[in-house]
Amino acid sequence: MRVVVDLSRCQGYAQCAFLAPDVFRMHGEEALMYNPNPDDAQREQVLRAAAACPLQAILVDRLEGRDSPVGTAQS
Amino acid sequence: MTSADTLKRFKSDGRVVIVGASLAGLRAAETLRDEGFTGSLTMIGDELGEPYDRPPLSKQVLTGWVPAGGTTLPRRRDINAEWLLGVPADGLDLATNHVHLADGREVPFDRVLISTGVRARPWFVETEAALDGVFVVRTREHAEGLQRALAAGPSRVLVIGAGFTGSEIASICRERDIPVTVAELAPAPLVGALGAVIGDVAADMQRAHGVDLRCGVKVTQLEGDAQGRFHRAHFDDGSTIDADVAVVALGGIRNTEWLRDSGLAAGPWGIACDTGCRALDLNGLITDDIFVAGDVARCPNPIYEYRLISLEHWVNAVEQAQVAAHNMVSAQADRWPHLSIPTFWSIQFGVNIKSVGVPTFADEVVVTQGSVPDHRFVAAYGYQGRVTAAVSFNNAKWLDHYRQLIETAAPFPPPCPTPDEPADAKPVPVDFPGPRLLAQGATVVVTGHDPGERRVTAAWQHR
Amino acid sequence: MTTTETPDILHRILDYSARADPYPLYAELRETPVALQEDGSYVISAYRELTGILHDPHLSSDVRHLSRPMAAAEARTTPSFINLDPPEHDRLRRLAMRHFGPPHTPGLVTGMEPDLTAIVSGLIDHFAGKQQIDIVDDFAYPFPVTVICHLLGVPREDEPQFHVWVNAVIDSLDYDPKTDPKEKLDNGMQATTDLREYLGGLLEQRHGRPGGDLLTRLANDDGPDGRMTDDEIVSTANLLLIAGHETTVNLITNGMLTLLRHPRVLQRLRDEPDLIVPLVEELLRYEPPVHIIPWRAAYSDITVADTVIPKGSQIMLMLASGSRDPDRFHDPDRFDPDRQDNQHLGFGSGIHLCFGGPLARLETQIALTELVRRLDRPRLVADPPPYRPSPILRGPIHLHIEQSQ
Repeated sequence: MRVVVDLSRCQGYAQCAFLAPDVFRMHGEEALMYNPNPDDAQREQVLRAAAACPLQAILVDRLEGRDSPVGTAQS
Repeated sequence: MTSADTLKRFKSDGRVVIVGASLAGLRAAETLRDEGFTGSLTMIGDELGEPYDRPPLSKQVLTGWVPAGGTTLPRRRDINAEWLLGVPADGLDLATNHVHLADGREVPFDRVLISTGVRARPWFVETEAALDGVFVVRTREHAEGLQRALAAGPSRVLVIGAGFTGSEIASICRERDIPVTVAELAPAPLVGALGAVIGDVAADMQRAHGVDLRCGVKVTQLEGDAQGRFHRAHFDDGSTIDADVAVVALGGIRNTEWLRDSGLAAGPWGIACDTGCRALDLNGLITDDIFVAGDVARCPNPIYEYRLISLEHWVNAVEQAQVAAHNMVSAQADRWPHLSIPTFWSIQFGVNIKSVGVPTFADEVVVTQGSVPDHRFVAAYGYQGRVTAAVSFNNAKWLDHYRQLIETAAPFPPPCPTPDEPADAKPVPVDFPGPRLLAQGATVVVTGHDPGERRVTAAWQHR
Repeated sequence: MTTTETPDILHRILDYSARADPYPLYAELRETPVALQEDGSYVISAYRELTGILHDPHLSSDVRHLSRPMAAAEARTTPSFINLDPPEHDRLRRLAMRHFGPPHTPGLVTGMEPDLTAIVSGLIDHFAGKQQIDIVDDFAYPFPVTVICHLLGVPREDEPQFHVWVNAVIDSLDYDPKTDPKEKLDNGMQATTDLREYLGGLLEQRHGRPGGDLLTRLANDDGPDGRMTDDEIVSTANLLLIAGHETTVNLITNGMLTLLRHPRVLQRLRDEPDLIVPLVEELLRYEPPVHIIPWRAAYSDITVADTVIPKGSQIMLMLASGSRDPDRFHDPDRFDPDRQDNQHLGFGSGIHLCFGGPLARLETQIALTELVRRLDRPRLVADPPPYRPSPILRGPIHLHIEQSQ
């Protein structure tokens, strides 16, 4: 699954790192490092983390696998 | 036909082309569909593959945690676009409304969004840049290559340039226990963006984490061995250092060359636009159908005396894309101005560095909260008696307050004490190295005498 | 425009008669987002003003910065970090966080999930054969109490003892010298002393001993910030013990009440258990356990909206009102678990954001999911149910429900 965090909004509350510790990790006291491509097995935890973000800064894909680019220059 | 009818028809079956299929391009496309644009949408990008996120490339990817291919951006919605990827645009014809691609194709449009971003500034000697072990970091291929080089356990990494990207890479090297030398022409890291006071803090942080930090030096030569592998760097003071990896982190070059004959106000400083993200032409007149967003846009900010400012900030790309897309499908009266206060972050040496405002638009700086030695503080920047920016080190929860101070042109230094104000807090000169402009480069000449014939001509310089 | 005297509305909110439904009064209060009271204090009730001031470094949580001393019991003891400012607040919270969450102990809360589920299942097992259940006494109280006792290292069997103290402390939080009997305050102060002595006694036994509970770890851990003093540990444990269950009791009970009032949502939750995640967020907005931060102090002059709040002023923050502000939330009085962009104030905001929020979330998610799954056609016996006295930590004192046999 795909995840992106708007780190300009993130204030380091670490709620995501509590709820999905394998995907969201605190680097020091306040800085968030995360896996933007976690395994689907983590989906439940990631959705919990996204819901709990006080800044609502975590975006999880809405349409995995659909609408991929087609017709590249090589085709 | 009224303009309302024209707009309605454009929204239902007009043609939008987005040049630059990265963060700004993708978010613009999503916003267009959100706003009910049902016409044709074409995404043009010079890289293959879906739009991906770049900030992790100098962080999670280089630690080895996340594969370089794992930063594909999540989608907010279906965009139903035609994707033309792997080939750059090389021209824009405003007489016929076509984008020219490098492979000769021409793509017609009614409205176009330019979000071609920046590329890494390469090492200035081409043969040296081509040595094995010499890297820049901008694309995922770059990051993947550098990650592999770091994983191989180099004896030493040389980072050239101690801006944010260079500092983040040095931090990762120390995290991976790799010896690292950082060479910076300025007197301290981050000094060009944040000034001398914060630069000194950044220097402390680097040294405390075991970085061999060399400031005020210039790398003059990258030397390869017989196999074409980088193995030694020469400095302008005559000294040398042996290393297996050199990372060139000297900032970016805005991708505007393809617009040189377009008649737009495009140059090395970006593409000038209004706060509605509509491009200006060379004469500084507003265009109707050409929009700009992201790193390549050069947009006026009323808070900063309406100066044109280019920002290579993640959230700036997102917000400009949304404003540009909204305005592409809106009547004049419904258009939005892009008026955000710039926001930036960097993660290095276990510290979350964040800024709001434009720190380079300042003459003084004062630490308002926390402790500089503990690397937990907020510093406010002021210009002629008002707050124009703030920077926090592991103190991001307060920055919203400083954003409000900037928005309300609050007095500088902030007059009211806080419980965690340092005892010796007093404003000092912000001290940027050399004459600092928000961008540089003379790029046009003006010709003609009568008001009716005064015109601007681009003067492309060799850079 | 923001500074009008509106003592009537506030007193009507604090009055017990408003406990079942304070929300119409909050709406009235929000018409003056920053309201100066007769006694010189300020009440802030609108969302933007609340989030603004919660991130304002001139807002102090330290009672010593009030120009007029406060009567509340907390004022006389070593403050816990909830009542301190940076840098002390930050240091103590970091020290406590080392044993509770990231970056030092990231997996603790998620690791508790099996235990939480087992406790919940055990409590629901006891419902068998009962036609009437009190969601508070039979479930929402014993569950988080058991959890916080285990986490802190407080013997569960001492609960009857500290239960009385905790109630007295909470009752005294909204003590008003003009209307309340002095006894209410005295009881609260005595209970604070007794609770501290009790925790101090437990702490004494933990020095130099191994153990995974928080008291033992705080007593023996030396991190980069050094070690907490015993007094600081007692204050921290005191805070976590009280906040660690009182608020969760109310969140779970408010949640069950809200579900029973919204049968279609209850049925949806039964059918789609994943709904619990956004549902608990919406609950934190719609029926939060903490309604009011009863006081903060202006460390220096604070500008909120158009009002300058002078240094030393007492400031009351109406969080639950902010979460129902129509200027921020569309259709705010509707309980909508599908709500997007739900930046509620249920756990506060800024540096004092609820320390135990992640645990409270997980506890409530598990509790409501299991209640809904296992109760057979539950019905409210009385609506509204009887409420606890406190307008600050608001929730039913009992929630009687009937289930089919």
